[in-house]
Amino acid sequence: MNITIIDYGAGNIQSIKFAFERIGITAVLSDEAETILRADRVIFPGVGEASSAMQKLKSTKLDSIIPTLKQPVLGICLGMQLMCKSSEEGNTKGLGIFDVDVVKFSNQVKVPQIGWNQITDLKSRLFQDIAENEYMYLVHSFYAPLCNETAALSNYGLDYSSALQKDNFYGVQFHPEKSSKAGQRILENFLKLDVKS
Amino acid sequence: MLTKRIIPCLDIKNGRTVKGVNFVALRDAGNPVELAKLYAENGADELVFLDISATEERRKTLADLVLRVAKNVNIPFTVGGGISSIEDVDTLLKCGADKVSVNSSVVKNPQLINSLSAKFGSQCIVVAIDAKQVNGKWKVHLVGGKVPTDIDLFEWAKEVELRGAGEILFTSMDNDGTKDGFANEALAKLSTELNIPIIASGGAGNTQHFTDAFLKGKADAALAASVFHFKEIEINDLKEELKKNGIPVRL
Repeated sequence: MNITIIDYGAGNIQSIKFAFERIGITAVLSDEAETILRADRVIFPGVGEASSAMQKLKSTKLDSIIPTLKQPVLGICLGMQLMCKSSEEGNTKGLGIFDVDVVKFSNQVKVPQIGWNQITDLKSRLFQDIAENEYMYLVHSFYAPLCNETAALSNYGLDYSSALQKDNFYGVQFHPEKSSKAGQRILENFLKLDVKS
Repeated sequence: MLTKRIIPCLDIKNGRTVKGVNFVALRDAGNPVELAKLYAENGADELVFLDISATEERRKTLADLVLRVAKNVNIPFTVGGGISSIEDVDTLLKCGADKVSVNSSVVKNPQLINSLSAKFGSQCIVVAIDAKQVNGKWKVHLVGGKVPTDIDLFEWAKEVELRGAGEILFTSMDNDGTKDGFANEALAKLSTELNIPIIASGGAGNTQHFTDAFLKGKADAALAASVFHFKEIEINDLKEELKKNGIPVRL
């Protein structure tokens, strides 16, 4: 199986590559449309700031490629946020795959949220054999509110979407590659999804 | 619910763990990767690697270590010790570190915090602050607490938050090594006055001390070294105890 991690210069992608190596899969890093279009699975990572990440995507024209992908795509952290309609961070227009606007946590809570929080109301095959209230590692200041595409929720001052799904597009706010055995299980589930033609 | 984090700290010299480590289960207790894997399996929420080597090759040795840890460990980790430039941070993050911790270099050049958080994001910039009380006032100290400054702990902490730190690792030099508990009053003041997570460090001796750091000190995470390395406290037992005391933990 060909796993391609979109490499657009945004943050730490080694960890994701290593997480796949730990389950015996060599993932490829690429910023080339052809390679990404050909992949069986696409990982859309991202750490850092939304508007500069979006600029990097645009500079390689990947912003128009990603929404057209037909194979399962997994956005992680900022990757998930960029798949939304917009982000309050740097007033960024997103890829518009998920019909929700990303906003900042209020200062009623410490920002960023850093640490292990629970995911509940699990509604995707991504979470097969994952227990309700399982812990995942999160680091973020912005969040996607609850919406029709919410596939898991977490609570930090309020309930928000810690996972989203629409058709072949999956997004997780948490870092499965850093979330111990349960996180690894989610990556394995992503590899096992049927490809819809 | 977001849980309180328990963080073992590994001191590293020339790519090896220092301080005696009492783990019979390990083939090589000086190997940071083996120790890190064991901690991850036993319930640690994060790890901190603090490099204290002073050799010419230290940067390369540390980068190699970070790469090996990232390959083998499935929980987040922070790397600190002598980090003083954007290039240092870039290398360590590219090797797979989740966060870096900066200390003396940002006291000398506070603008570095702004540059680092702008380039890499606040979420991966931990500012470590070592402080102790001088005539009843908390003063920032440098070089592992050896060199005093006239900088007030709380003013400095607020400044680093404004400059873009994502987290503060506060070590009380008055408590460090005493096994008498964390500096809960100062911790509570930091945690109340700031709006970023505070990691408590210095003084862990028993499980009650961790309970106090979370309930009295209002810390978001607690870091310790020797109580874990010498197996005086098992992380899972500690978390069971914290849970009994109503503190949310990942179990």
